Amino acid sequence: MKIVVASGKGGTGKSTVTANLAYSLSLTRDVAVVDCDVEEPNLHLFFPSASTDLPVTATIPEVDRSRCTFCGECGKFCRYGAISVLSDAVLIFPELCHSCGGCAAVCPQGAIREVRRPIGMIRCSRPLPALTLISGFLQEGEVQAPQVIHMAKMLADGHPLILYDSSPGIACPVIETMDGSDVCILVTESTPFGLHDLRLATEVAERLNLPSGVVINRSDGRDEAITEFCHEHGLPVLMTIPFDREIAAVQNTGGLISRDLPGWNERFIDLFAKVSELAGVRA
Amino acid sequence: MKICVTARASGIEAPVEERFGRAPYFVFVDTETGEAQSIANGFADAAGGVGPRAMQVVVDGGAEVLITGQMGGNAARALQASGIKAYTYRGAGRVADAVEEYSAGNLQPLL
Repeated sequence: MKIVVASGKGGTGKSTVTANLAYSLSLTRDVAVVDCDVEEPNLHLFFPSASTDLPVTATIPEVDRSRCTFCGECGKFCRYGAISVLSDAVLIFPELCHSCGGCAAVCPQGAIREVRRPIGMIRCSRPLPALTLISGFLQEGEVQAPQVIHMAKMLADGHPLILYDSSPGIACPVIETMDGSDVCILVTESTPFGLHDLRLATEVAERLNLPSGVVINRSDGRDEAITEFCHEHGLPVLMTIPFDREIAAVQNTGGLISRDLPGWNERFIDLFAKVSELAGVRA
Repeated sequence: MKICVTARASGIEAPVEERFGRAPYFVFVDTETGEAQSIANGFADAAGGVGPRAMQVVVDGGAEVLITGQMGGNAARALQASGIKAYTYRGAGRVADAVEEYSAGNLQPLL
């Protein structure tokens, strides 16, 4: 089963839910966790461990000056502005390129070939005997998060139980993360922003035909707006984590409430049972 | 000689736009004939990579001089490769005023 943890709004607690769920599951079974928030991965902070690192590369065009006639077709094709053709020069802006290969395809002279350059890395570790952590890291200044996410997910493929920790928002990286998952946990908070972005994230999950449920984090006990939205959209509330000083204290030192506070391991196991039910899988 | 000025609207009476890549219009003024040709910037609202593409418009328009407020790193790289001379205009005037300031030698080179 592949479970994706997403939110819409940032800072609602995706990584908290993922890390604690992963820890609880690892006590009884093998679990692979993929940190798909490649612009700011943080799961390794909960699970410090030595890692093996692999580079992630992306293709960029390279122009053969002896064949180029400066016709400008490649520059006209590129919607990202990654290739500019001037009267006697072709400029390539690697960090704007999305590696689509279109410039090479439209070049009438066959003057463009694709070469690889590094854009990030994947760190693989085994912080606990039954827990494999695969974290994607996009280099600063790069835009191709989906390429890094794709590779991180590929490295976990074949594992019987995978958790994907998504980035916030609902743009390309989130869609790349959700793609191919079986079920989605949407983490929210009972604030107007939390609800607003939950609505957006719900729409994306619906479009991708992902059965979804909601975890309300930092609940102050007045979650009516969220629960009403969930009811309207047929989203089960899978778990509620209270706004609590003790929980915050564990969290702030990089701890795990499922390990360090009594009762929470059971709650995360119960969350897994509910998620499995949503996905139509027997836990 | 053709001078390209970034502008908020078309024509030489339009206010100068300080931003280069996201300027709504590029106004090309021919200093010999005094004729102006305005091209709407199709990249004004694009998500990213507007600088080099906007520079392409300036190059294709045959400008030898560009007058704008400021530009980003990618546009600057394209500008240098293009050989076009760029000058900064930070006033609140019209396209015609910017061209006049340039002709009077009052504008500073951009790079």
